[in-house]
Amino acid sequence: MATPQIRTSASPRDPSKPGFVYLPLIAGWLVPGAGHFLLGKWGRGVLLAVSIIGMFALGIGMNGKVYANAHEILDLLGLVGDLGNGLLYFGSRALSLGADQVQVTTGDYGTRFIVVAGLLNVIAAVDAHNIRTGRKPA
Amino acid sequence: MLRPSHFTAVVLFALCASVVFGITMRETPRRMVRYGAYCFVLFVGAAIVLSWVMFLIAR
Repeated sequence: MATPQIRTSASPRDPSKPGFVYLPLIAGWLVPGAGHFLLGKWGRGVLLAVSIIGMFALGIGMNGKVYANAHEILDLLGLVGDLGNGLLYFGSRALSLGADQVQVTTGDYGTRFIVVAGLLNVIAAVDAHNIRTGRKPA
Repeated sequence: MLRPSHFTAVVLFALCASVVFGITMRETPRRMVRYGAYCFVLFVGAAIVLSWVMFLIAR
């Protein structure tokens, strides 16, 4: 009698695939879609990159706030979300993009776009890691 | 500076989020498309329904 196969979490040290197992996770965090590019998932990577970078760019275009520090708990949550954008966040900080204070309604939309883009990027990076470890079918 | 209407912002937000959800939450391309479309409809539909609810409450 065939026994049902239950897929458990794959070992992060999968010997069948050489290389640093966390590379897609880190690359995907730093550059949206890069984790999928490293795994040869070009179509998915392009769609993820366009969506996340587009969302971030729309947020900047709407003059959304880019969190630089956290004086309150809500600011801390915003900062964590923004940090999910990886190099986009650090680049925007270096170039002083975005607003320091939200003064118009669209700026508030833009702030949310930037935070959510970061959160979506984290989801995409974890997805790349799951494909790399075999937890998700390629 | 971009100044989209509230509804345009909702549609753009839903589009980007739905693409990421579809790709990351499902395993086959067909199911990715279906789940992405499902998320998009739910995002936009929920925004429209909640907008009407708030409009009726505010009257």
